[in-house]
Amino acid sequence: MTTTKSKVVYSPVFTDGAEFRIPTFKLLKQDGSLYKGAKAPKLDKEKALRIYRSMVTTRILDERMLAAQRQGRLSFYMQCTGEEAAVIGSAAALDDSDMIMAQYREQGALVYRGFTIDEFMNQLFGNELDYGKGRQMPVHYGSSKLNYMTISSPLATQIPQATGYAYGQKMAGDGHCTITYFGEGAASEGDFHAALNMAAVHRVPVIFLCRNNGYAISTPAAEQFAADGVAPRAYGYKMDVIRVDGNDILAMHEATRAARSLAVEHNRPVLIEAMSYRLAAHSSSDDPSGYRSKDEEAVWREKDPILRMRLWLESKKWWNEDDEKQLQENMRREVLETMKRAQKRPPPALDTLVSDVYDEVPPALADQFEKLKAHIRRHPDAYPKSAEHAKGGA
Amino acid sequence: MTKMNMLQAINNALDTAMAANERVLCFGEDVGVFGGVFRATSNLQQKYGKARCFNTPLVEQGIIGFANGLAAQGSVPVAEIQFADYIFPAFDQIVNESAKFRYRSGNLFNVGGLTIRAPYGGGIAGGLYHSQSPEAYFAHTPGLKIVVPRNPHQAKGLLLAAIHDPNPTLFFEPKRLYRASVGEVPDEDYRLPLGEAEVLKEGTDITVLGWGAQMEVIEHAVEMAEKEGISCEVIDLRTILPWDVETVANSVLKTGRLVVTHEAPLTGGFAGEIAATIQERCFLYLESPIARVTGMDTPFPLVLEKEHLPNHLKVYEAIRSSVDF
Repeated sequence: MTTTKSKVVYSPVFTDGAEFRIPTFKLLKQDGSLYKGAKAPKLDKEKALRIYRSMVTTRILDERMLAAQRQGRLSFYMQCTGEEAAVIGSAAALDDSDMIMAQYREQGALVYRGFTIDEFMNQLFGNELDYGKGRQMPVHYGSSKLNYMTISSPLATQIPQATGYAYGQKMAGDGHCTITYFGEGAASEGDFHAALNMAAVHRVPVIFLCRNNGYAISTPAAEQFAADGVAPRAYGYKMDVIRVDGNDILAMHEATRAARSLAVEHNRPVLIEAMSYRLAAHSSSDDPSGYRSKDEEAVWREKDPILRMRLWLESKKWWNEDDEKQLQENMRREVLETMKRAQKRPPPALDTLVSDVYDEVPPALADQFEKLKAHIRRHPDAYPKSAEHAKGGA
Repeated sequence: MTKMNMLQAINNALDTAMAANERVLCFGEDVGVFGGVFRATSNLQQKYGKARCFNTPLVEQGIIGFANGLAAQGSVPVAEIQFADYIFPAFDQIVNESAKFRYRSGNLFNVGGLTIRAPYGGGIAGGLYHSQSPEAYFAHTPGLKIVVPRNPHQAKGLLLAAIHDPNPTLFFEPKRLYRASVGEVPDEDYRLPLGEAEVLKEGTDITVLGWGAQMEVIEHAVEMAEKEGISCEVIDLRTILPWDVETVANSVLKTGRLVVTHEAPLTGGFAGEIAATIQERCFLYLESPIARVTGMDTPFPLVLEKEHLPNHLKVYEAIRSSVDF
């Protein structure tokens, strides 16, 4: 039984969807003033400054940690540079109790929610205080108290999980929603399509936020899809969709605020396509000079989302040169001090190797662990991180 | 006690779990008003509503991704994959996500509430894609539990245990026995232990080990062997992961011989894992090489299914040769 109510034709008529042109929502010009006819969203000074401080913190954290990686202090790093407005503007439009299921480049949302620099550092250095117990590569953060699901490396797996998580929130009737972030490359995965279709069919309060940043490692968006971006796919699932200037903090915040109301009040999932640019390399292991030009990067550097917001804040007299200087200095100092502290902390205890595989360690694994400890006791010099922990036991 | 076939016992287990906890949800392809292609979810939508028992779009990776999210949120999803042969689009969600959710988050998050049900196995003229036994693929993945019941009583007690277990669990149902296996099933909520094998019959000459539908095959083979005076100890492994090494090893220390049988192909099959572990534990007590009686290393055939499967004659022959070694 099909529900299509289409007009009948008597000769073959093909359509290519060209009649659907998706506009881009913008409010803020690069000079910090509003576009003519644009209405500034309700954003009080306190929240605006929380957003701005989060953006600057994210930028400084990224700069310092990439430098630390280059110095060999850290094995790996990924920057959010250029996409701070897309991530923080959307996260700031949610309730702090809403669930965030991110890809891996959304540390800005965590900064906004209040993850401390110490908490970042503990994960990056995989020390004994890392919530993830040193099991995952750097930038795979998670926080249950801040409702930020732990990152997993496989791409797009979090998208259908967000649909399921939000279905549970709808069942619980607690008025919350889930937002899931992913890149335009990840949107090619089957999980993306599964997630959007299921969300539309089951009317789930979930926001799908695609960061269209132009590149999936080296593959440009033009080689990722033939269509006009990711947004038109929403039509196929009968889902509300909006395309936003991802470097425009006010537009990102306003679009996400409206999307949240559709999701939570009307059980309508929404796709947001944030148009931005990955100013940094994919990761510390990548070198963009092999696939894109400095000129192209320069064009996007001119569209810096942080500078754009700063100019807007200054025009409202909410921010000035001294505030900026103080924030920059304080953050740089805090990042350096916490990095030193985190680096000195010991690694996670040896038993974290076998805990959390199941709720309890199964007998066969306990047996393997005892054998490992006995081995380490025979060769303590070969295992400096754990020789001390291996002393106990049979 | 009520006389039930295995499908009725599974349906009764789901009904019991849904009645006890409103966070238990059942979903999958055709699971809703129709009650599933095998009718394992019959009447659950009528009884508990469309929000708790429903059809999903036809997308296995989406079903399990959705189920992972629900479980992370604190719901108790029981997702059905229509045939175990079609679980592979969801392999990434199961192997990289369900299995690692707790470990990778340092126990900040888990999907322990998740149960995945899937009918498995041959003997129903299902050919390549309605007959497979994929347990060994998943047995290579720490973090999962894998459970296979042999009869209606076991099916209800193990499924309820799987639903309540705080770890993601794959529950493979022997579809050949869905209607063929009938027995008395308690009406109340009861749970059989996971990770524990069951000694069905004690014996002294040889241990014969299997799980699921293969237990019926073992029963026939053992009858033949016992007529010839061979005393067989029969064990149902019940949980493939994590498996009960102690019970099997203790049995083989006593009998000195072991035959393991499963429908899945020989190479890389779970019998290989059992054989390796048991020879390590029981080396000096073994009277003969550990024998594996399994499906052949071919895709699952159709017309020659009987030739392919490890039937009672093949299991009997393995018992005989082991004793005569």
